[in-house]
Amino acid sequence: MKILYTLIFTLLVISQVKSQDKFITKTGYVSFFSHSLVEDIKAENNQGLSIIDTKTGEIVVQLLMRSFMFKKSLMQEHFNENYIESDTYPKAIFKGKILNYNQLVNENSDAEIEGTLFVHGKEKEIKIKVKAHKISEEIIISGDFKVEVADFDIKIPRIVVNNIAKIVKVSFEFHYTPYK
Amino acid sequence: MKKIVVVVFAIGLNFSGFSQDLSSILEQETANKTTIVTATFKGPRLLNGHSIETRKKGIFEFLISHRFGRINSGAYNLFGLDQSNIRFGFEYALFDNLTVAFGRSSFEKTYDGYLKYRLIKQKTGKNSFPFSVTFFGSATEKTLKDYAPNNKPTFTNRLTYTSQFLIAIKINSNLSFQFSPTYIHFNTVRKIEDSNDIFSLGFGGRMKISKRISINGEYYYNLDPFKSINSQNSLGLGIDIETGGHVFQLIVTNSRAMIEKGFITETTGNFFKGDIHFGFNVSRAF
Repeated sequence: MKILYTLIFTLLVISQVKSQDKFITKTGYVSFFSHSLVEDIKAENNQGLSIIDTKTGEIVVQLLMRSFMFKKSLMQEHFNENYIESDTYPKAIFKGKILNYNQLVNENSDAEIEGTLFVHGKEKEIKIKVKAHKISEEIIISGDFKVEVADFDIKIPRIVVNNIAKIVKVSFEFHYTPYK
Repeated sequence: MKKIVVVVFAIGLNFSGFSQDLSSILEQETANKTTIVTATFKGPRLLNGHSIETRKKGIFEFLISHRFGRINSGAYNLFGLDQSNIRFGFEYALFDNLTVAFGRSSFEKTYDGYLKYRLIKQKTGKNSFPFSVTFFGSATEKTLKDYAPNNKPTFTNRLTYTSQFLIAIKINSNLSFQFSPTYIHFNTVRKIEDSNDIFSLGFGGRMKISKRISINGEYYYNLDPFKSINSQNSLGLGIDIETGGHVFQLIVTNSRAMIEKGFITETTGNFFKGDIHFGFNVSRAF
């Protein structure tokens, strides 16, 4: 009987250790910025959801399109209704891998993430250079990359074609804590 | 035997936690979110009447509405275009949920003021709620001098009040419906047989036919219409066209007025006999 308890206890401890392999954030910051001669458009999302498996370096990010906040409410409405079609495609998803994950001990180490970005029903392989580091209870990853609007089949009517940049800059900063 | 079961169970627990992949963990987390349904209608007006929508805090909007004369008034009047009835309005969103406004209509030289408050919002997700509710309250003052010189009405006599609950449901991204129970109180009525209090049931909807264009319809059914005039229920049909910064609405309706007490209770045109007014609403937000 004692052996059994020991066994169960050991298993529980192992499972504890295992769950420590995953780090999660529910308040990831993602913004995008479009610059044109007519106007600058910026949107921010503070509800980015992301998880890392520290064993494999795998990373998944999920963003609700409706959580992007714009300065002008009308822009936000047009973004959801006309461009990104949030009712049909509610989420943006990134699935990838941190390439040199094990070297992220120093503050602000350079790393590279490779993976697939799913937006508006389309997918694209991307490579992102990031700053990342891990301290015992926290992993921080930040960076930016550029997205070509046309890659994701987002149609911009001719009347506003000068208002929206063809290439949009995406910036992000994620603070992960252990997933329990 | 029991022991083995326990051990297997313990191992099972352990592995079930492990096999859960990253994406499915995130799926669970998103399922726990509540999303507010937005853009039930394209703008704050359905057609003649209000929709549940309000502008975001700090938005100042200048609104011009026009209703021309009756289309069946013939070529001599250029099918109504010679006559024009206009309302200017200024609206200001004090908060995301509260708009105050002031307007002046050429119809009976009426001033109007109203406030609009979003009480409940339709939501999906964890704390879902099936419909939105907005309260609309207005007071209007008729200043037309259509009285005998020795029978000047007092300020209070010229007032009319309207209260509405606008209840709307967005079925999907293309289809929304609204139900608008309305109570209108006239401080003064034309004849003794007219009721000072009129209840009306409004029905409306919109259907998007493209990303930027929707077809709208609106109908108000009066429970106790005025008897001293040939009162008709108000019917409106129209299209909303979104042009970058604002919404442009083209309307055909049997009503001439652009304020609630006017188009709901004082419509005399028969839509199906060609008493149709062409009109538009155009707004500029600052």
